[in-house]
Order: sequence, then C-alpha cells, then structure tokens
Amino acid sequence: MIHIITPALLLILTFVTFSLSFWLYGKTKPNPILSSLFHPLVTTPILVSVVLLLANIDYNDYREANQPLFFLLGTATVALAIPLHQQFHHIRGLTKPLLLTLFFGASFAVITALSIAWFLGATPETLISVAPKSVTTPIALGIAEKINGEPSLTAGIVVFTGVIGAIFGPLLFRWLGISDDRIKGFVLGICAHGVGTARAFETSGKCGAFSSLGLGLTGAITAMILPWVIIYLLK
Amino acid sequence: MLKGLLILLLFQGIGETASYYSGLPIPGPVIGMVLLFVYLQLRSQELPLGLGDAAHLMIRWLSLMFVPACVGFFFLTKIAPDQWLSIIGVIVISTLVTMIVTALFMKYFMEKPTPPKSQVER
Repeated sequence: MIHIITPALLLILTFVTFSLSFWLYGKTKPNPILSSLFHPLVTTPILVSVVLLLANIDYNDYREANQPLFFLLGTATVALAIPLHQQFHHIRGLTKPLLLTLFFGASFAVITALSIAWFLGATPETLISVAPKSVTTPIALGIAEKINGEPSLTAGIVVFTGVIGAIFGPLLFRWLGISDDRIKGFVLGICAHGVGTARAFETSGKCGAFSSLGLGLTGAITAMILPWVIIYLLK
Repeated sequence: MLKGLLILLLFQGIGETASYYSGLPIPGPVIGMVLLFVYLQLRSQELPLGLGDAAHLMIRWLSLMFVPACVGFFFLTKIAPDQWLSIIGVIVISTLVTMIVTALFMKYFMEKPTPPKSQVER
C-alpha cells in the first residue's frame, strides 16, 4: 500500500478529530463528571494517536505538519493578558488574600509534585517535566522547553492534572464546605488551569472570572520563578 | 480583529526577542504577555480596537492548539515503565492535596475580619 500523507492532511486530522471531540463533549454536558472525562483535551489526542497508529504514521511527521499550532500557542499565551487585564479590578480590596493564596498555592503545587515524584523514585528528567504541572499548557510547554524537559510529557501531565482538578475540585469544595464562588474559581485556576477554568465558568461567571485570574497569575509567576529554581537545583 | 492579531504578534515578537537576547530562562510569550498586560493597565482606556476579539478567538481555540503536544504523550519512548507510577502518583496526589490545602488557606484569609482602622491607629 502506498501512503500519500501530506502535511495538510495531518493538520486536517487534528481539526477533524477536534470537531468530533467537541461534538462528543457537548453531548456529555448534562453529566458533569462524564463531561470532564470527555473534555476535547482528553479525547482528541487519543483519537489522533489511534489514527496515527492504524495508518502507521510517524509522530515526528505529524508534529512537523502541525507546527503552525505550536506557533499559535505562543500567540495564545500573549492573549491571556487580556482576560487578566479585564478581571484585574476584582483584586482591589482582596489583594492580600489573593496574593497570599497565589504564592502559597503555586509553590505548594510545585513542592508537593517534586517531593512526591522524588519519593516515588522519579529520574531528574521526569522531575523536570513534572514541575510545571499546574501551569496552563502553553506556558508549561514554554517552561519545559526552557528547562530542557520533555514537552510532550509535560503537556500530557498538565492536561491530566487539569482533568483531575476539574473532576474532583467541585466534590472537594462540597466536602470542605466551601460555597464562596470566588474561592472555588481562584483555586481551580491555580490548580487546574484551563480545564478547571472551563469548569469554573459552568458554575458561575464570577467563579470563571476568578479562575482566569488564578490561571493567568499562576502561569506568569511560575514562568518567571520556576526556571531559576530548576537551574539552582540542577547545579 | 486584524489589528488585534497584529498587536498580539507584536508582543509575542518583543517577548521572544527579549527572551533570546537577555538569556533569561523565561519563555518569550510569557514576557510578551506580561508586557502586554502592563501596557493595557497603563493606558486606562478601553481595549484597543479588535484586541478583545482576537484574544477571545485565540483563547477559545486554546485546546485545539495543544493537541499536537498532547498526542506526543502517547509516543514517548524515552520514559522507562517504572517512571509511570511516579508520574501518575504525582499528578493525582499532588493535585488533590494542593486543592484542599489552597482552598482552606484562601478561606481562612477571606473570612478573617480585617481589624478596623481606628484600632490599628490606637
């Protein structure tokens, strides 16, 4: 059998499977737990991988063909400045609790990730890829690249983190007796980035606003601090 | 919209240049994001025309953009099988613990009544 796989076809593969996943996601919307599992970020990569394996296509060819999307990820990172700017007024009057929670949550996520990974016997390469797990994917990929981690591993870890956070977050909040949407949103944004933020917007607009604020601030702060920490640790 | 996209690309370019020439270990787009945020905060007017639309478009399709990187997750060959336990353990335990602790931490600081000014001055 002769394969004629052009870059355009591989780019189309991403778009088509994504549309299909998006449609599936819409169908599962009524059930919150099911819809977190069927988030397009979970289903699309699985579908694409299955197609690549069945058609015997090398991942490197697929990656090469999808380079435009890698570039746009950088542009989307810059675009995160806009919701951050629009939500920033919420901070007034809440500066102290928000900033304290931000620094505490962002560093706690990195410290627990690194110590648990180390305890479970992770190699230095794995440690580096695990460190930026709570940061929104475009920023995490940038960090992984800067600290010589494995971008694909980091992307998978980040998405998995978001899914876990989005599924269990609302259950945990109920269990802890937390009903303040500002707390729910901010914590989801810090711990579960984009997937958590999508979930937060389903709770309420205010919850979503605080989530995007948490997502943007955590991403920016971690990106500025984590690379230095890694460089220091690897010395 | 076109002008908005141009502004985003411009800040991405500035960020990438700054990241490259400064040797800072900070991703270029992050520098671009911070600079754009500072710029927007300083111009206390409405968003430049089309920037809101362009940003909304980019963020709306964020999930699509990181599909290629996520696919790579299934084609990782360099990871030894024994690393998977630590990777999955880290994600589940660390994420749940961080959420619980962070939520309680924030709840404490949100509910703690701030002392009235008169008391502080006394």
